[in-house]
Amino acid sequence: MADAVDAAALYARLSIARIREQLQYRTSFALQTLGMFAISFLDFAAILVLFANVPQLGGWSVSEVALLYALSSLAFSLTDLVIGHLDLLPQMVRAGTFDLILVRPRGTLFQLVTQDFQLRRVGKIAQSIAILAYALATVRVDWTLERAALLVVIVPAGALIFGSIWVAAICIVFWTIDANEAANAVTYGGSFFAQYPINIYDRWLRRFLAYVVPTAFVAYFPALFILGKPDPLGLPAWLEVSTPLVALMAAAVTALIWRAAVRHYQSAGG
Amino acid sequence: MQTGPLLFHRYSLPLVLASLRLDLEYAKRGYARYAAYPSAAFAGLFTNTVFGFMRAFVLLALFAGRDEVGGYDRSAAITYVWLTQGLVATIYIWGWQDLSLRIRTGDIATDLIRPVHPLRAGLAFDLGRSLYHAALRGTPPAVVGGIVFGLTLPSDPLVWLAFTVSVFLAVVVSYAYRALYNIAAFWLTDWRGALLIAITAANFFSGFVVPVRFFPAPLEAFARATPFPSMVQVPIDIFVGRAAGAELALAVASQLGWALVLLALAAWLFDRGVRRLVVQGG
Repeated sequence: MADAVDAAALYARLSIARIREQLQYRTSFALQTLGMFAISFLDFAAILVLFANVPQLGGWSVSEVALLYALSSLAFSLTDLVIGHLDLLPQMVRAGTFDLILVRPRGTLFQLVTQDFQLRRVGKIAQSIAILAYALATVRVDWTLERAALLVVIVPAGALIFGSIWVAAICIVFWTIDANEAANAVTYGGSFFAQYPINIYDRWLRRFLAYVVPTAFVAYFPALFILGKPDPLGLPAWLEVSTPLVALMAAAVTALIWRAAVRHYQSAGG
Repeated sequence: MQTGPLLFHRYSLPLVLASLRLDLEYAKRGYARYAAYPSAAFAGLFTNTVFGFMRAFVLLALFAGRDEVGGYDRSAAITYVWLTQGLVATIYIWGWQDLSLRIRTGDIATDLIRPVHPLRAGLAFDLGRSLYHAALRGTPPAVVGGIVFGLTLPSDPLVWLAFTVSVFLAVVVSYAYRALYNIAAFWLTDWRGALLIAITAANFFSGFVVPVRFFPAPLEAFARATPFPSMVQVPIDIFVGRAAGAELALAVASQLGWALVLLALAAWLFDRGVRRLVVQGG
């Protein structure tokens, strides 16, 4: 417990230092964050363009798909804020600078997470919150305590699911250094997949990207519960509230994968 | 500092030929640079293909209970998806920052000493790269899509020719656009935000994310007035037969026009940037 408090304090200290650094160029920072906020609406505009041509998609209205989009996008942008710089890992493994991580008296993953903190990514988070507000204002929800509670819990749980997917997928660089782009299929791909109702995908694609890579628990299942919508796939109802549990399981599996991967690390020699 | 000319030193045939041979050498290096990492290409191919499947099912969902959306039937929509997935790497739509990194580190000084304009060398290099990506990352997703879903293939050899020319011009337009946001590094201390904004805009207005023909009319008119559709939508419309005859000629001519305008703009901005460049160290 004391370790966790200590780690949190260290994380906060390093992150604040990085934020101070990024605020040195104040205008540049403000413009970039605002620019990211504005431009990321184009991402959602794609969905609006689809709905300009059809009234519903796989039995879901535009507001309902907006809810899926917002839940996926908010969870993913939170993950991106905290561990987006994990994209630097392939370079560290290639150059052998991962050695430095191994000799310091802190957890390897913890050190990677504290390597950077890009505050301008809050622009994307703000956009996701705006879309979530739009979705919740336009869908019809009979609010109950359970539904409200689930909505509050699934955002961090979804971020934990995406974070687990990201860490597990990037581990591929410990085996084949050049292959890091394959990880994008389940990270960025997983986020894209979860923005749409999963009943529009073919069964085998759903098995892989909704359940094995558990993106269906980020948006689809909790959205069914919040909307009180019958599942077009007719799956058991308990799945709709199992997101927090799935998140913890995903994190546990990822911790094992990460450990095995780091043990497999070969330095660059010299 | 004197940079090399963008076109030719003097218009005598031997000199022009010599400089074209130099372009060819740059293109070969561009090809070889990417061909050296086949596992990277396969990893990218895997990701492009997974995205292709997801996007294909999203677009197919539009056709529930109808046979036509925005002038596309099912087959044209599926063809659109797999061609865009093939174009991801070919035109490098997700960007590249090699030039801005060289400006940032001062390595650009080495490029300026050479008797070739860095933008021209860069273009030749990029065309070599695009040939490799077209072969290894452009074609396979289209083949997978064709096997799983069945694609609309043109029967007229002239359409194939026009498509090839159009993809070539799409690479040039994309290169000039990428060069433009990279050149911003001469002025901006932190250009990564500008880069993200530039890439997101290109993604959407090029018709990469959803076809420009699906846009509501005013938005489509806006997109058509920008160079972005020249990167993605134009070659695809030629392939699926939505642009033919005079319309096809006009589409290719507009690509050529945008390529020239953006290259000229990039060259002009580059030269202005070089004038204010300060390189540290000796």
